[in-house]
Formats: sequence, C-alpha cells, structure tokens
Amino acid sequence: MNEVSYLKYEGKHNGLAGWLLSTDHKRIGVMYLAAMIVFFLTAVVFGLLMKFEMLTPGRTIMGPQTYNTLFTLHGVMMIFLFIIPGLPAIFGNFFLPIMLGAKDVAFPRINLLSWYFYIIGALMILASLLFGGGPIDTGWTFYVPYSLRTGTNVTFAVFAAFVLGFSSILTGLNFITTIHRMRAPGMNWFRMPLFAWGLYATAWIQLLATPILGITLLLIMLERIFGIGIFDPALGGDPLLYQHMFWIYSHPAVYIMILPAMGLVSEIIPTFSKKNIFGYGPIAMSSLAIAFVGYLVWGHHMFSTGISDTSRAIFSLLTFLVAIPSGVKVFNWVATLYKGSIDLRPPLLFVLIFIILFSIGGLTGLVLGSLNTDIHLTDTYFVVAHFHYVMFGGMGTLFFAALHYWFPKMFGKMYNEKIAAIGAWTFAIGFNVLYFPMFILGYLGMPRRYYDYLPEFRNLHVISTIGSWIMVTGIFIIVINLLKGFLKKEMITDINPWGGTTLEWTVPTPPPVENFDKIPVITRGPYERDEHK
Amino acid sequence: MRPNIVDQVDTTFFIIAGISVFFLLLIGIIMVYFVIKYNKKRNPIPSNVTGNTKLEILWTVIPTLLALGMFFSGYAGFKNMRNAPEDSFTVKVIGRMWFWSFEYDNGKKSDTLYVPLSRPIKMEITSMDVNHSFYIPSFREKEDAIPGRKNYLWFQPTALGSYNIECAEYCGLNHSAMYSKVVVMPDKDFEKWYNTPNPVDSLNTQKKDSTLINK
Repeated sequence: MNEVSYLKYEGKHNGLAGWLLSTDHKRIGVMYLAAMIVFFLTAVVFGLLMKFEMLTPGRTIMGPQTYNTLFTLHGVMMIFLFIIPGLPAIFGNFFLPIMLGAKDVAFPRINLLSWYFYIIGALMILASLLFGGGPIDTGWTFYVPYSLRTGTNVTFAVFAAFVLGFSSILTGLNFITTIHRMRAPGMNWFRMPLFAWGLYATAWIQLLATPILGITLLLIMLERIFGIGIFDPALGGDPLLYQHMFWIYSHPAVYIMILPAMGLVSEIIPTFSKKNIFGYGPIAMSSLAIAFVGYLVWGHHMFSTGISDTSRAIFSLLTFLVAIPSGVKVFNWVATLYKGSIDLRPPLLFVLIFIILFSIGGLTGLVLGSLNTDIHLTDTYFVVAHFHYVMFGGMGTLFFAALHYWFPKMFGKMYNEKIAAIGAWTFAIGFNVLYFPMFILGYLGMPRRYYDYLPEFRNLHVISTIGSWIMVTGIFIIVINLLKGFLKKEMITDINPWGGTTLEWTVPTPPPVENFDKIPVITRGPYERDEHK
Repeated sequence: MRPNIVDQVDTTFFIIAGISVFFLLLIGIIMVYFVIKYNKKRNPIPSNVTGNTKLEILWTVIPTLLALGMFFSGYAGFKNMRNAPEDSFTVKVIGRMWFWSFEYDNGKKSDTLYVPLSRPIKMEITSMDVNHSFYIPSFREKEDAIPGRKNYLWFQPTALGSYNIECAEYCGLNHSAMYSKVVVMPDKDFEKWYNTPNPVDSLNTQKKDSTLINK
C-alpha cells in the first residue's frame, strides 16, 4: 500500500470525497493551498482596484464607501485567510511530518477539522458581504467605537474571524505535539530542520495568543448586539482597552506570519549553496527570542493614542530589542552563502529578493519603533509601505519561494525555470515601484486609509499605481507558469531535484501515503552533506 | 530656548535612515558578491563552514548598541514633545465625523485653528463620536482624539502661514475629507481676532454638513 503516491491513493472514499474526508496531512496541505490561492488572488484584485482609484484625486472609478470596503476586505482576506495561515497550513502540514520522519501529524482528524474551520470562516467572511448592512468598512483592525456604530455587517464578519481563530489554535496545538512527540529516533532538537523550529515558535504564538483575539471579537459582538458597554465610551467603556486586547494578539500574529517564512529561508539557502547553514544555534534560538519578545511590544501600535509616556518609552525600547534577533538571522543567511557552491535557481532567487525586501521593511520598522518619528509617521503611508515590505515582501515572496522549492516534490511535476525567474524579477521590480513611493508619501504627511488626497501627492500616487500593474504582471507570470507545470502530462520521479539534505528529499516523488516505509534513524544534523566529509 | 520638535524628528529620522541605508547596502553588496564569487561554476566544491562564535557576538552586540542609540535619539525628542511649557496658550480641539472644531479659553469657537506666532500652543484633544487623530504633518506631530479621553500635544509656531490639519485615524465615510488649517498669525493680528466676539470664524470656504454623522 505504501507504494502508492498520496495523489493516487484510493481508500474508503474516492474522488472528491477522498480529498474532503482525507486525514492525510499532505492532502490537507494541498486543500489549504487550493483555497488560499483563490483568496489571495481575490485580495490582490481588491488591492489593484484600490491602487487604480488612487490614480487621480477624488473619484476615479469608485465612491468612498466602496473604497473603504475594499481596503477592509483586502486587509481581512490577506491577513486572516492568507498571511497568518499560509505557510504553516500549506507547507507546514505537508512537510513538517516528513521533515521529522513521521507518518502524519499527531492529531490527523483535528487537522482536517482545522481545515473545515478555515473554510467555514472564509465562506462566512464572503457571506457577510451579501446580507445585513452590507460589506464591512471598519478596516481589518475593527477599531471601536467606529465598529460599534457603523451600520455594516460587522457582527457576522467578526464572528467569521472568531471561527478562523479556531483553525489557527488547533493547527498550533497539532504542530507543538507533533514536534515534541513524533520526531524520528535520533532526531534531537538540534537535528531538527530550521523550518520546524520556525513552525514550533509560531505554533506557541498561535496557541497562546489567538484566544485573546477570539475573546476580543466576541466582546465586539456582545457589545453590538446587547450594548454591554465594555468598549463604548458612551456606555462607560474604554476604546483603548479594545486596542490593547486587539494588538496583544495582532502583534504576535505578525511573527506567526514571518517565523515559518524565516525557517524556510534557512532551508533554501543551504540547499542551493550546497553547504551547511551558518549558525544553526543562533538561528534556532533567535526564532524563540522573537516569539517571546514579540509578545511584549504590542504598545508600539498605540504610540499616539495617549497611553502613558512611560509605557510608550518601554514599548519603544522593547521594539528596538526585538529587531536584533531578526538582524542576526539575516547576517547568518548571508554568511551561509560564503564559500558555498551556489546554484541560482528560482527558489533561491525568490529568497534573495526576500532578503532585500525584508531588510528594507525591517529597517524602516526602526523609524517606526523610535518614539518621536513614530508620532509623525504612524497612520500614514509610511506604515503602509513598511508592513507591505515586511509582510508581502517577507511572507508573500517566501510563499512563492516555497511553492517553487517544493512544487516538484508535492506534485511530481516541474515548471519552466526561465519563466519563473522572469516572473520573480518582474514581481520584485513592480513591488518596489509600488511600495517605495509610499515611504515618501508618508513622510510628506499622506495619511493611510484615505479615499481622496491633496493634489501635491499626485505624482507619487501615479508611480505607485503603475508599480501595481508591473507587480501584478509578475504575479500573473508566476501563477500561470506554475499552473502550466501542474497541468503537464509528464511526471518527474527524481526524488531530490535540488540536492536538498532534509528528509523530504529522501522519500519518493510525490510522497507515498505513509511517507516512509521504514521510519529513518537520524545520525546527523539536518544540513550536513557527504561531500563535506 | 528648547530644541525644535520638527528638527528633532527630522534628525532622528536621518540618523536611523542613514544607519539603515548603510546596513542595507552592506547586506545587499555582500550577498550579490557571494552569489557571483561562489557561483557553482567558479566554486564547484563547497567548504564546510558551520558558524563562527566571534562573528555571532559581533553582529549581536553592534546592532544592540546602535539600537539603543536610536532609541535614545527618539526618546529625547519624544520627551520634549510631551513636555508642554508652562506658559503655553491652550486650545481645545474636538473631533467629530467629519470636521474639527476649536474652542478657546475665552469661549471663542472656530473651525480653523488661529494661533499667535510667539506663544507655545498646547492642544487638548478629544472626540465626540469615534476615534480621530489630530495630525499636523508640517509640525511632525499627531495625537489621537478618543471619545471619553483628553489627550494633548504642543507645538511652537516658527513661521507665519497656514498649515494642513488632517485626520489620521480612520473614522468612516468622509475620513479623507476631514481637513482643517492652522493659521499662524502675527501676535497683534491674533489679539485682534481673539478679542472680536463673533461666534464662529472660518477661512474654509466649504461649509461642512454636520448632519452627515452616521450615514
């Protein structure tokens, strides 16, 4: 039975039911991938429409209500449906058990349940557009009191995000247990691939921080339905309490988004430079440091809200400290290239693009972590540029890197590498033309979430909009190229097309249902190679 | 004379931006250099380098020191921002969907902020409905207007003229139309305006429709 690839396996259920009722971590990973690509591309279209509206001051193609709805949906879908769950749910599910030498995750049925929570939550967000007061217009942050007063369908949309939270919590629980209990014999913690370390740090945040968001969202619902007055100042509530509770989750959530991505970089660079990772220990420990200190910096989203001056100073100091482990990772990645034998294939190209975009995002984060500059720049386009560099340039670019890296293993097919490189370059150029002008706009005083703008900002907005067209062309090339690869008839069976050293490159392509015939015994670190000895 | 808030913000910004550009170039150039120098054609056999404790310490300690320096630069400017002079001229500002109104100590009200050139100005900021944020980009300052709370900021006008006031916290349909102006006047002109008892003064030609609250 273990001869059959997971794609072809026929068990109790076949066809579509064989997928929808499968508890195989690989099939669940692919189901997440299918769903997420749809939501991601939808949110990209929303973003494209917003940028088109910004082409001229005043009305270009839509009114203010439509624009406010679009930036809300763009944010909600990108964050809750793509960036937060993306890498753990797709590639974590598919590859974590294989990389650890296990046959599945610790709780395969809970894993399938997580997928259903995800899909139901996602469908609820889409359904919230169609009834009640119509599409939400609060921004993805659902700030009170506006979210309590608006007539749009906030109650249902917030409930959708609440349901999505369970998907995240259960996935986190599953990964923590899997990593603690299911490592192959001989795989001690420091023989674990760094992608697993990234997932491990993330899983703890998912498990511990997401419930706070759940409660907060539930309180918004109660407040809207029963008017209990926890957040609404008109009823004696405190709007800042909401912001604290929201960011206690949502700042660590930033690290949920980026830690698995950083883990992925630590896989791809050793593979394509044919050598061991530089500084395994510091990279692994910096993930934990980021996850831990990341809990304590949420106040930097609130520097202009009137929280006490002392707390602003403490949050600012901690924010600077959390930058250091991220810096340590970047230095170690670049050092890994030193004296390697580098093969610049598409996955590595995406990673190098990531290092530049993420460095720009991280370094501009210092400007926002500093108190007096943040007072000027918070809630402006500078922030919009910063988090798109970190989140989209970070996690987004690495999502493409992961797809190109593991695509042959997952599907037994290959894409055209030349076209992939053209797509990557187009994406990278468009990305900078789109987002870099926003730093300047922000410093000049262009506030975010503005439907309209003053005429003096026109030129920079036009450049940015043109950038959005270039970047989307890049995404289009990348997606079509992968799709063409996927639809190809000829299969590849090469189990290790890139020369990787982790366990997923020792199983057949595509992997069989139970991954391993015989559970491997691990005798060396994840990136050690024979040619080194 | 205390340091100027605008200069302090710009100085901190250029210090951090300078350090950032240096690191970005350092990382970028070394990365591209390695990719070319250690390309598989030039260097077919990789060496087994697994780490270097001295380097790890170096690139942890130096960034930490730089980060502390950047923090203090921002903090020093911030302390000045929060420490309004005793003799400040106080004006209340109230945010509503979607306009600002200003109230002076003598009961004068206005939808434009008129201030004298020679006095430090302290703004007491609140909101009547949802969150707003009182933002004067030219003065590099903002502070949120939150219902039920009284926040503040202060600034020292340095030149005559009028400057934009924007709302920086999303507040619904007409968020992007919630502008006003600070008009910095010669002290004499300001005295004259301040002591003329008319209920609402306006330089804004466009009258805001206050019935639009909650569409």
